[in-house]
Parts: sequence; structure tokens; C-alpha cells
Amino acid sequence: MNRYPVWVYVTVAVAVLLGALYTLPNFFGEAPAVQISPARAAVNVDSGVLATVETALKNANLQPTGVLQEANSVKVRLADVDTQTRAKDVIDQALNPDKNSPSFTVAPNLVSLSPGWLSYIHSLPMYLGLDLRGGVHFMLQVNMEAALTKRLDGLAGSVRAALRDKNVRYAGIARERNTLVVRFRDAATRTQARGVIEASQPDLQLVDAGEGEDLRLVGSIKPEAASRIQSEALNQNIQILHNRVNELGVAEPVIQQQGADRVVVELPGVQDTTRAQEILGRTATLEVRLVDEEAMRSGSQLNVDVFPEHRRDGSVNYVPTKRQVIVTGDQFVGARATFDQNSQPAVSVELDQGGGNAMRQATRENIKHLMAIVLIEKGKGEAISVATIQSEFGSQFQITGLFSPTETNNLALLIRAGALAAPMDIVEARTVGPSLGAENIKKGFDSTLYGFSALSLFILVYYVVFGLFSVGALCVNLLFLIALLSVMQATLTLPGIAAIALTLGMAIDANVLINERIREELRNGSTPQAAISAGYERAFGTILDSNVTTLIAGLALLIFGSGPVRGFAVVHCLGILTSIFSSVVVSRALVNLTYGSRRKLARVAIGNTSWK
Amino acid sequence: MEFFKIRRDIPFMRHALVFNIISAVTFIIAVVLLATRGLNYSIEFTGGTLLEVHYPHAVAVDDVRKALEEKGYKDFSVQNFGSSSDLLVRLPLKAGQTTSALSDNVMQALQAHDQGATNQRAEFVGPQVGKELAYNGGLALLITSLGIVGYLALRFEWKFGVAAIIANLHDVVIILGFFALFQWEFSLPVLAAVLAVLGYSVNESVVVADRIRENFRKMRKAGVTEVIDSAITRTISRTIITHGCTQLMVTSMLIFGGEALHYFALALTIGILFGIYSSVLVMAPLVRWLGVRREDLIKPVRAHRDEAVV
Repeated sequence: MNRYPVWVYVTVAVAVLLGALYTLPNFFGEAPAVQISPARAAVNVDSGVLATVETALKNANLQPTGVLQEANSVKVRLADVDTQTRAKDVIDQALNPDKNSPSFTVAPNLVSLSPGWLSYIHSLPMYLGLDLRGGVHFMLQVNMEAALTKRLDGLAGSVRAALRDKNVRYAGIARERNTLVVRFRDAATRTQARGVIEASQPDLQLVDAGEGEDLRLVGSIKPEAASRIQSEALNQNIQILHNRVNELGVAEPVIQQQGADRVVVELPGVQDTTRAQEILGRTATLEVRLVDEEAMRSGSQLNVDVFPEHRRDGSVNYVPTKRQVIVTGDQFVGARATFDQNSQPAVSVELDQGGGNAMRQATRENIKHLMAIVLIEKGKGEAISVATIQSEFGSQFQITGLFSPTETNNLALLIRAGALAAPMDIVEARTVGPSLGAENIKKGFDSTLYGFSALSLFILVYYVVFGLFSVGALCVNLLFLIALLSVMQATLTLPGIAAIALTLGMAIDANVLINERIREELRNGSTPQAAISAGYERAFGTILDSNVTTLIAGLALLIFGSGPVRGFAVVHCLGILTSIFSSVVVSRALVNLTYGSRRKLARVAIGNTSWK
Repeated sequence: MEFFKIRRDIPFMRHALVFNIISAVTFIIAVVLLATRGLNYSIEFTGGTLLEVHYPHAVAVDDVRKALEEKGYKDFSVQNFGSSSDLLVRLPLKAGQTTSALSDNVMQALQAHDQGATNQRAEFVGPQVGKELAYNGGLALLITSLGIVGYLALRFEWKFGVAAIIANLHDVVIILGFFALFQWEFSLPVLAAVLAVLGYSVNESVVVADRIRENFRKMRKAGVTEVIDSAITRTISRTIITHGCTQLMVTSMLIFGGEALHYFALALTIGILFGIYSSVLVMAPLVRWLGVRREDLIKPVRAHRDEAVV
């Protein structure tokens, strides 16, 4: 009755083996390394780069202990932290001769020392959270209200242009809080205007208002359009954050959307919060200026600002521009890569009302002259587009030329980077020093180790051989839990370690239930074999019920928790699942293997069960 | 080795009224404490700035306090954190303050006072985040409670669901009562511990309920009181051993886990201790008072015949 078919033993053995295999990489520790990754989208880390790195290291007499090529990044493993620092400088110099526009991010990092064959089967060590490895965590909130008002400002310009185009006589257009109000003197014009606006601006929802002489058309952004605008704004801000983080030279930054309007940025290893904040919170600005063609011809530097322009062929052209700024970044509403009427790639730019007016005036007077769009970041400007004004235009215009779709995408991105879709606020910031991280690992590890030892010792003494089975099941549980966390590449945090300890402490419940039940059956006069069988069967229902209720609490934590609570909840929930398998199936397999084949089993070692 | 060899059932239910009065009184005290003293929320909930500063030597809290006062900071708190060379500085949220520049300024002030001060950890939490956390925490508690009642009602009977959740929410309120009484810091990990305890304590109720159901089947002639007494007596050994084991782990966290896990482990300790009591001596009497009957748990078996009429 206490025999498992062979396949159960095989399943358990295979599961334990797999568990061990995927837990293994966590024991090898980490070595200092230098990570090289592209700083710009157009750059690739290829074999040429690898060769440059190797020569540079050889010239500096530095010996890497290993070179790992990954998807578009290279990690050079080094013997110690000292060589790591030197190697980083050497590689940085070799790869980025121009300090001001680095092509590659060269950052210190840690790589696992686990052997290659483990990485080959995707057996990787757990990912340590910021509280364990040190670093900076930011949560930024995107001001969605501002994104919508900005969009409404843009719409005001477009509506005005459309009405003028169709010769509809309106009395005024203005944005009033979250609505766009267009005024009319008579109802007929209003009806006509409604048709025009509805045809040209599908995002607006129009409502009639006012009476007599003061007739109004109140437009508000449709909910579905609003959510689209908001998600665009969020994505754009995430993109901008990506670009900025690249500049910080962080090996493995995490930039993630959280909820509808938040972005989490985690920069492991970064200590200089002030600098990180400054760079993340920086607003680039965009300026549209006229090119001083006179100065361009004569090379005069008088009364002009000169900005570099990186041309397509790789050369740098210096563009002198007039001091007067026509439009600034905050007047930009959007920029998109599109195609013009000749199906050529183009960038379509939209300005708000004020920007549109200024642009109309400037372009009217300067047809066939050159206009430059300048992106100013860190106090330095760069002409990202220089184009000839072909005709008078207002709030909407297109930049055309000999672009490829990639180039139009990049230009649109650059323009958008200068025109932050919506302002962001830092709503949460956390810094953990590296020494505190190491201390946290030790504390978490110690708590688990000593707690586990004390618990094992007690169970061994209390339940003797059955205690051994229980401890065995608990060890397997730990193994499964760590293997699962490693396979999922879940982030391990200090609350996560606490959850491991707590889950082990709770998981013993199942084995206590079983062992107590077996004792009870023995006491009631069952034969040992019958007692074991009854003990496991009767306890199973209870174990299942109690684990389901614990899991309900765990899931609630997982769904509603954030930050440290989430790390706790993930481990807790996984631990409950692994504990059901290990405490019931694995311990039973051990029991069956030991006692199951004995026909005449007079007694089992589960402690004294006599009444005396 | 065996700690509990109990031959005869202990008449727990005879003293049910006493236990219920004890529970009610503790519960009321906890509620009063929560209402009057309130919880000492961590900055995760209130918003604000927190700095953990390490010094190479022991440092006098008062000196640091003075140094910060001289720089014009107000309403801040300085306290030792784990050892005499570690300090925790808390600053409240100021209206309009949205960046974490404050922590850098404070750090500079501290370094001006003592060169050796190093920043171990800095946290800044804006006002909107805290409100959300409190809301989500409450929601998690509610969903967990409803989920557990629902599951137990499904597996057993609604009376067990209701009794179990009352017993265990009573634990939660008592844990919170302790935090209010001693003004221990109520942080996110503590909230996690409270919810984990809620799920864990329900285990007890499930085990006892399971036994009550089994006893109703086996002890055909016994009354409800005897059935419940027997169920508690038969499971008391397991209850105490399990809780003892879990507590071993938690004690280890209390000793070796440092400040970061201190309140987490403390909340668990209180939860585990009261969990033993409540699930056994609160839940069972409640079930009885709700009027549990044999028929509630054992559905009458329909007469079944092999012959069929077609």
C-alpha cells in the first residue's frame, strides 16, 4: 500500500535534479566586469568593436579573464575591482574618442562566475534587487493633465486653420480649462463649423452651448482619444528616459511603466543620486531659428550662434543661426514620421497656437530661406534639421528631404525629446549604498540559515526518521523555490529572502500534520503500514485547504502590493506551490522508498507513540 | 519525544465564555489604542524623506540634532538605527516639494558636522504614493478576507467561513493594537507580515474545522460540544508544534535579520502567538454559537440503486 509506481520516483528524481541544476549558478558568485553596450540606436557592438577592445586591453597590459558576447553587448570579465576600473577607462578611451558624443556605454558591472554550460541551458543566478546590490530607484509620475492641455492647445491652432481654410467666420477660439471653446454670432455658421471641425478633428467631441448672440461650440477630447494621448505621452517620456539613462552609463538599467501614469527607473550600482536626478529630470529644449545665410557665406561669427549639424555622410557642418528664436520646445505639440504627398519619408510637426502664429509670420517673410531646428541639451545645441522654407505655413508643417524612414523616425524622436510630452515629477526616490546591500544579503542569509538549522534540528529530534523525511522534503522545497526564482529571473529583495524563511517555516506545517496523523493512527492500533497510508491520505485534504487559504492572502498581496511587498508576495506564493509538492509527494516518496517494500514492518521510527 | 499525550478530550467549550470575554476585551483595547494613539506610519505611507547615515564611530544623537537645527531644519527626527554609529533621519513632506534634493542637502549638512558620515540609504516618497499604498493595503485586506470566507464557505459551510475570518481579523486588529501601543513603525513589510499572518492563521481554523467535520462523521452519538472539544484536543499538538517551528524561523529573523526585518518579524511573532489562541479558542466557540449542526457538514447520502428504469 505504501509503494509508488516507478514513474513517481523518476518524476521526483528528475524534479530534484532539475532543481539542483537551476539553483547551482547562485553558488558561483560574481566577478567584476566591464560592459560595453551601444549608446545610440544606430551603433552595433560587433566583432570590430570586440577587436578594438581586445587590442586596447593588450596595449594597457590588462588581461581579461573572459569575454562574453551577448545580444548587442559585450561583457569583459576581470580579475578584481582594481583592474576593472582601469580596464573601464582604457576601453572608454579606445571606443569613445569624442567624449562629448560617446557611441558606446562603457559601464562597470558584475558577471556570474557560473560555467558556460549552465548559462547555455538558461540556468542563471537570481537577479538581486536594489536593496541587496545597491543603487538608485526612482518613480516618476507623468503629469497627464498637462499632456491633455498641451494637446488641446495644439487642437486650437488646427481648428482655427481649418475654419479659416473653409471660410467659416468664427468670433473667437480659446482653450478654457479642459475644453476648447469656439464662439459664433449665428447658428448657421455654428452648424457649418461643426461639420468642418468634425471632419478635420476626429478626436474632439462637440457640444452646442450658449444662446442669442453668444453661441458656442464646446469641444472636449474624447475619452478614447484622451487615453491614446496619455499612453503616447507616457511612451514618449519612457523613450526620453531611456536616452538619458544611456548617458549615465549604467550597465543594466530598468525603465518600466507602472500603472497608467508612472515610470519606474532603477539604476543598479549608481551612487551619485544628485547627478542621476539631474540627468533624469533635465528638460531638453528645442528652438527654431532662421539660418543666417550671410554669415554662412562669409564665415562671420558676428551676432550669430553657431551649432554643429551631424550630416548623413558623417561630416559635421557648422550652421550659423540668427539669435532670434521663432518657436521654442514647449510650443511643439508632436512630431511624427510620415510620408509626404510624393510618398517620400517626411516628418510631420505640429505646433500649438502661439507657435503656429509665430511660424506663420516668420515663414511668410522668409520663403526660400533656410530654417534650423536646434536641440539644446546640457547647455549645448545641435542643429538636428536644416531645411529650406518652401511656403508660408503655420501650426502644421512637414520636414521633407532625402530621408530614409529610419532617419525620419530619429528626427521625430529628437524633436519629441526636446518637447517633453508632459512634465514628470519624481514621486519616490530610494538610494541604497553597496555596503548596506551586502549587509542585507548577509542578514537575510543568516536568518534563513540559522532558522532553518534550528527548525531541522527540532524536527529531527521530535520525529526521528520521519523527521529526516520532513527535513528532506523541506530542503527539496528550498531547492525548488530557488530554482524557480532563478528560472523566472525574479528579482530577489530582502523581503523576498524573509519570505523564503517564512515560507519554509510555514511549509513544515504539512509534514507536522502528516506525522501527527501517523502517530495518532499508530496509537489507535493501526499497523505501521496502514498508519502511514492513512496519515498521508487524511492529512492531504487539510493540507490542500490550508494552503489555498494562505495562497489567497499571498495573491491579494501580489495584486495590490507594490515595491517591497511585491517581492515578498512573489516568493510567498511560489513557496506555497512548491511546498505542496515537496511536503506531500517528495516526503511520501522518501517514506515509501524506506518502508514501503517491507512486508512485515513491526514499528516505524516516528518517536514514542505509546500512551505511557 | 512527544510533548502532548492527551488521552481524554479537554473540555475547552466549557470555558468558551471566559475565552470569548478575554478576546472581546483584548479586541476592544486594541481598537481603542488604534483610535486614540493611531499607527506610527513609515514614510512609505506618509510621504517624506528618510536618510540612513553611517558613522565610523559612535555618534551622539543630540549633537546631530543640534547640527541640523543650526542649518534651519525643522520637524525632523533623528534616532539610532540598530547601533550607536548608525542614524536614521526623518524629514516630513513639505508642500510643493517634489524632488528629492532635500536628502542631498541634509547629507551635506551632516557631512559638514562630521566628515565621516556616509549615506547608506535615502528614501523620498511623494504624497500621492502614500495615499495609494494605504488604499491598496486596505483593499488587499478586504479581498483576502472575502476570499477566505468564500473558500471556507464552499469547502465547509458559511458558519466556518464567518467564524474563521472573525477569529483571524481579531488577530490582525491585535497586531495593529500592539503597533499602536508601542508606536512601532508600521511599514510596508509589516503590512505584508499582517496579511501573511491572516492567511497563515486561517490554516489553524481549517485544520480544526476539518477535524470537526471528521468527528461529526465518526462520533455519531456525540453532541456538538463533545465533537468540538475532541477536534481541538486531537489537533492541539500539531497546532503548537507547527507554530513553534514557524516561530523558530521568525525568531531567527528577529535575532539575525537586523533593523530592516525587525518589525516584520515582530508582527509575525504577535500574529503567530495570537493565531494559536484565536483559531482554537475564538473560532470554535463562534462556530458553536452560530449553531453548527451535523447536517451542515455531512450531506445526507441519497439512496442509490444500481437498477435503472428505462
